[in-house]
Amino acid sequence: MHEPLLTIRDLKKSFGRTEVLKSIDLDVGRGEVVAVIGPSGSGKTTLLRCINFLETYDGGSVRIDGAEVGYTEGRKRRGERALARMRAETGMVFQSFNLFPHLTAAQNVMLGLTKVRRKTKAEAREIAGHWLGRVGLGHKAEALPSELSGGQQQRVGIARAVAMEPKILLLDEITSALDPELVGEVLEVVRGLAAEGMTMLMVTHEIAFARDASSRIVFMADGTIAAEGPPVELIASAEANPRLFSFLARFRASHF
Amino acid sequence: MGYSLNFSVVWRNFDKLWGGLALSLELAVISLAIGIAIGLVLAVIYVSGGRFTRMAIAVYVEAFRNTPLILLVYLVFYGLPQIVDIRYDATTSFVATLSIYAGAYLVEVFRSGLEAIPQGQIDAGRAIGLTPLQRLAYVRLPAMVRISLPALSNTFISLFKDTSIASVIAVPELTWGAQWINLNTFRIVEAYLVATAMYLVTGYVMLFGLRLVERRFQVARNA
Ligand SMILES: Nc1ncnc2c1ncn2[C@@H]1O[C@H](COP(=O)(O)OP(=O)(O)O)[C@@H](O)[C@H]1O
Ligand SMILES: [Mg+2]
Repeated sequence: MHEPLLTIRDLKKSFGRTEVLKSIDLDVGRGEVVAVIGPSGSGKTTLLRCINFLETYDGGSVRIDGAEVGYTEGRKRRGERALARMRAETGMVFQSFNLFPHLTAAQNVMLGLTKVRRKTKAEAREIAGHWLGRVGLGHKAEALPSELSGGQQQRVGIARAVAMEPKILLLDEITSALDPELVGEVLEVVRGLAAEGMTMLMVTHEIAFARDASSRIVFMADGTIAAEGPPVELIASAEANPRLFSFLARFRASHF
Repeated sequence: MGYSLNFSVVWRNFDKLWGGLALSLELAVISLAIGIAIGLVLAVIYVSGGRFTRMAIAVYVEAFRNTPLILLVYLVFYGLPQIVDIRYDATTSFVATLSIYAGAYLVEVFRSGLEAIPQGQIDAGRAIGLTPLQRLAYVRLPAMVRISLPALSNTFISLFKDTSIASVIAVPELTWGAQWINLNTFRIVEAYLVATAMYLVTGYVMLFGLRLVERRFQVARNA
């Protein structure tokens, strides 16, 4: 029905004795683009990593399309093969790109298609060509990551994730390792995906981009969701929320 | 003082050295191949294994790396057949010893190679839905090979030199060939000089070739 695609309830996660996520509740609807902002160390990366179970969690639930990602209904950890199958339904783009250095751009995109989606080489090559073209790198298909700029590597990273046709795309500060002049080309790709209805949860420090491209902004602080709402309303509400205010104050001068 | 060099007897018996060199290379290559198999399997088991398996592998590695090879050669060739019902010729015994010895070094080489792979690459493999076995085959091992290649070349060259120890159980490799010439002609200096030159030249040729191979892989890694 109209239940959200991603449902997070009472999510709790600690590293040793530090509580990094303290009871997070969050829904993301189909086709929705949600931006996550917040100071460094507030738990944004950890939240994304719990969603595709790169990180185990200690309590609560994460459901995609109604199915718990990491655990069975009896809260037993899923087996590795089942986990791999579940993870293939979420795409992830990393801050540090994390391309496979021994594979060309095309091969980076094809690996999941052939090994996980069981496409033939020819099919995979065609899909990879399509997505590399979409991110403006059709001419770089045979280049190794080491031969690409940061912005180009990150666009390959995006192509690798979306080529799998994930239900939701998780983006973790995907422009913060880039030189300023390369940020635009990557954000342009994300904007295009949003326009096509890709469901996205994106951690970003680009406040202006979050405001323009997302339908909702979530502000995290100290492992909690301290505020959330449509971009304009959330930003307007900052006057009444000291933590949000001081966080946004750092960006006001440069981005607004 | 009165010793004057005379290489002619060495040349007359050169087949002993030439054949010895061929056998030395063969011993090194076979031991390297078996050692790689042992090293790979144990390194993979080590990085994915529990405490007990890790400890067992560490004991093997430490024991073999810290024992002089010549003792291992004696133990395997003379000692082992006394204890268990096993028979082998000197060459087979030496290959077995050198392989297990090489394996101990290569476990370390491959283990540190596997552990040097950035976690981000492994996470990327997990995120696209690769199973642990697929991550090993398509992400971790290819990265490991690139990282381990220089250490692997060095191991091969060491093994080649170590084959000279096989002479103590009369495996007819290069050093044994030099000994044979010495015992039969008493031209000790000439025989060992020529053998030494042969080890050096072969070692350098191998080093040069292996560095070329490494460079090709290196280009692929961080050009
Ligand atoms: N693997 C880990 N082990 C221990 N602590 C961690 C680990 N990952 C993150 N943390 C800690 O969890 C907190 C939240 O980190 P993170 O989710 O990366 O925050 P953010 O992405 O918002 O900067 C930080 O205090 C960080 O030091
Ligand atoms: Mg982070």
